Amino acid sequence: MNAPATKNFRTDKFDFWSFFFSGLTGLATLFIIGILAVILGNIVWNGWTGISWHFVSTIPTKDFFDVKTTGVLPMIVGTAFRVIVMTIFVIPVGVITAIYLTEYASNTSIITRIIRAAVNNLAGVPSIVFGLFGLGFFINFVGKNMDAVLHNTSAVWGQPALIWASLTLAVMTLPVVIVATEESLKAIPPGLREASLALGATKLETILKIVLPQALPGIMTGGILAVSRAAGEVAPILFTGVAYYMASLPSHLSDQFMDLGYHVFVLSTQSPNIEQTRPILYATVLVLLMLTFALNIVAILIRARVRKKLRAMH
Amino acid sequence: MGIHRGHQARPGEWLAEKLIFLISLSAIGMVLLIFLFVAREALPVFFGQTDTALIQPVIPTAELDRHSPAELQRYLELTPEQFTTMDKETIKTLMDVKIEALNDIPENFRNDPDAKINTTEWKYLLRPHQWSGYEKPERIWQPVGQIKKFNLIPLFVGTLKTTLIGLLFAVPLAVGAAIYVSQLARPRVRETVKPVIEMLSGIPSVVTGVFALIVMATVLQHIFGYQTRLNAFVAGIALGFAVIPVIFSIAEDALTSVPRAYTQAALALGASRWQTAWQIVLPAALPGVFAASVLGFGRAIGETMIVLMVCSASVMSWSIFDSARSITTTIAAEMAEAVNGGPHYRILFMLGALLFAATFVSNMIGDFVIHRFKNKLEGKR
Amino acid sequence: MTDTLMPKLSVNANDPGAVAGSPFIEIENLSLYYGASKALKNISLNLDEKVVTAFIGPSGCGKSTLLRCLNRMNDLIDGVRIEGSMKIGGYNINAKDVDVIELRKRVGMVFQKSNPFPKSIYENVAYGLRLHGVKAKSDLDARIEQSLQGAALWDEVKDRLHTSALGLSGGQQQRLCIARAIAIRPEIILMDEPASALDPIATARIEDLILELKKEFTIVIVTHNMQQAARISDRTAFFYIGELVEFGPTVKIFTNPAQKRTEDYVSGRFG
Repeated sequence: MNAPATKNFRTDKFDFWSFFFSGLTGLATLFIIGILAVILGNIVWNGWTGISWHFVSTIPTKDFFDVKTTGVLPMIVGTAFRVIVMTIFVIPVGVITAIYLTEYASNTSIITRIIRAAVNNLAGVPSIVFGLFGLGFFINFVGKNMDAVLHNTSAVWGQPALIWASLTLAVMTLPVVIVATEESLKAIPPGLREASLALGATKLETILKIVLPQALPGIMTGGILAVSRAAGEVAPILFTGVAYYMASLPSHLSDQFMDLGYHVFVLSTQSPNIEQTRPILYATVLVLLMLTFALNIVAILIRARVRKKLRAMH
Repeated sequence: MGIHRGHQARPGEWLAEKLIFLISLSAIGMVLLIFLFVAREALPVFFGQTDTALIQPVIPTAELDRHSPAELQRYLELTPEQFTTMDKETIKTLMDVKIEALNDIPENFRNDPDAKINTTEWKYLLRPHQWSGYEKPERIWQPVGQIKKFNLIPLFVGTLKTTLIGLLFAVPLAVGAAIYVSQLARPRVRETVKPVIEMLSGIPSVVTGVFALIVMATVLQHIFGYQTRLNAFVAGIALGFAVIPVIFSIAEDALTSVPRAYTQAALALGASRWQTAWQIVLPAALPGVFAASVLGFGRAIGETMIVLMVCSASVMSWSIFDSARSITTTIAAEMAEAVNGGPHYRILFMLGALLFAATFVSNMIGDFVIHRFKNKLEGKR
Repeated sequence: MTDTLMPKLSVNANDPGAVAGSPFIEIENLSLYYGASKALKNISLNLDEKVVTAFIGPSGCGKSTLLRCLNRMNDLIDGVRIEGSMKIGGYNINAKDVDVIELRKRVGMVFQKSNPFPKSIYENVAYGLRLHGVKAKSDLDARIEQSLQGAALWDEVKDRLHTSALGLSGGQQQRLCIARAIAIRPEIILMDEPASALDPIATARIEDLILELKKEFTIVIVTHNMQQAARISDRTAFFYIGELVEFGPTVKIFTNPAQKRTEDYVSGRFG
């Protein structure tokens, strides 16, 4: 037989399996990106014509299926309101927990492990279970007892209300804030903490003046991710505060509220004529998506920068 | 004043530290509270304290004095406080009302043997039963009407159907993409593709639901040509969209954390890139990929809105092209009409407790496997 | 240098613990454990005031660990246990009731890797001053100028005090860290290989600075660089695997060491 024909390093045999598997996994990747593109494209394409100033600034009548007169102002306000109240609760608790875990706790102590396990678990609890929890704990326990203590003759707090929906969402998004804050706290060089302590700063002073300002982008990412996750969630608020229809905007923490995500659900499943109401359904979805997605993209960008910094350090 | 100033010299610092510690316990507190309060509402079902029998044994008003106050209180469904505030006349009236209510039950139900049974007993919750008017014993979930039927099996089947379809769809795609992104793609491609796939997790599930309901259901029906337009198959695929990002990011993380020394050793021996990925990296990262699937399962089983929007009829059927109703969907759809504290309400909470337990266990397994996997890679035990 | 805010450790005559004429830093039979392993073994060492003492020895010999004992930076590490006594100006700094914050005010530190805060040059120096109660703008300005001059950095940065400290070169950053440390007027400055990451010119400037600072501060410096120890220190302590092998005047350690191990090390036969 011939001696090896090629003296150079080029292989003349086509490597079928290499081609096959690279192609297959590449296709899987492309397919996922394709799904994302199709969903987004479909919604933007069908939704943008329905969006007008009138649409986002009108309080609809009870017949909100009417394509000409309807609007989504109360839903935007309701969603924003519940998310803002949630943020007020979740950010401090989440950030302080992350500070404890990274700055104070020893990694090997049992209590730290339990806290971490609890955070992990909280992240995995189904959103509908949070809804049940909100109903069983916040409304039927806390709210009813508040009414009893305040001698309210009719239920004020012991019924679905904005505050309970917000608190339920705050419990749900707690892990998001903790994890993001922890990530950014870990990205701060230990040398900065040492420098501050060596100058005679206390631990608290070091955290407040050196660590937290540095961790701000990460904390913001956590907050934004929590907001975007909560803004799109419907299941936890189903029994804790959302209303099918309200003639006025919510003004008090004990009010019920209308909600964008829930409204999408109502429009798509209870419409008397789905063909006719499709434009307002798509327009509402687009409004919801713009809200959550814009926030998400901002969070992803900040996080990418934080991660890059982290990698540059190690 | 020297350096001798003890810790008590800084009470503010001490207080802040204790406060930070206390607040950090809130995550533990929340998990406990969730467990406690979901279980609290569900416990009466476990202990057989709920009763849905339409026809209860009647105590004639005249026999009032032959029964103990405790018996009467239970019979009239009153709390002890309410009972003690009532005089004999009121109690008599209530007993009359009770008898009248019984007489108001339509004739056809009064002779129905099903009207005498408590459908929240375990055998009716789990086993098939010969309901009157049905041809053979069946498992039925039908919580409305005079005789409420609470068989849980159709819901379990519905949940499994949609979840498994979702996983069968999502796992190969997500793991394939994770292999591609972490092992085969050029760094430039990786940096763009990763955040794009993560973006998928930013789509609210109602939005995925709308897309599945309006676009996907029609397209899939055209392709596969089945009868029911909205079915478990459509719901499962849409569910897959929701779990792809979860599985992808955990699997990608596991694949990336395989030490570079392994891959470089293989490449140095002349293995091609995909051979290295297939023969070295994937086996090493297998526990991580497994954990990703388990955590994806936990996410899929708990997803509510997608299945609620796409299909919701509770039929007992294993066919993937029939409708299905999952546990989450049932809770979401029926809680509003369930009477606070009633049997239906309690059973829905029990379903929630089961769901919580299922995700708790799958998360534990997933986290445990990942933890061990990472420790192993780092050479710790 | 006197400062009404912070009475000096060494002149506190009211405290019975402070015995006049005793060495400034007294380390007696000090052992340090990381969990079960003993990193410092029965170290006894006396250091005098306003003197530069160098700690030398191969990597892992415990010289940095001992240095960090002097301002109790080891407290930050889990599982560290210390036995024996360490006194500064007569105070046992490991006693339970010692305020570590107060101690660190008096014992400043400069680290191996320059670690300026990601703030302006001005704010870097002002940070420690503000912590310790200097609030008025005029006081701050004066103390900051004084410190930057003390660290031989003033002329280079006086026109860009409010720009980011991260824009400075490595050597400048390290001198800024020194300025930051001396701004709060400590009595002792600990330096953990302060020039190891710098080029020869920047190193020379730091060394000149140390000789200058010696007039006002007691300096303890850990170094890998034998020539550096010989050039700037008055006393040298040689450590080997957690033990103090030899301590004495630098000239003696480098020209006529008593121990064979010291001679091998300083002449470059191992390390």
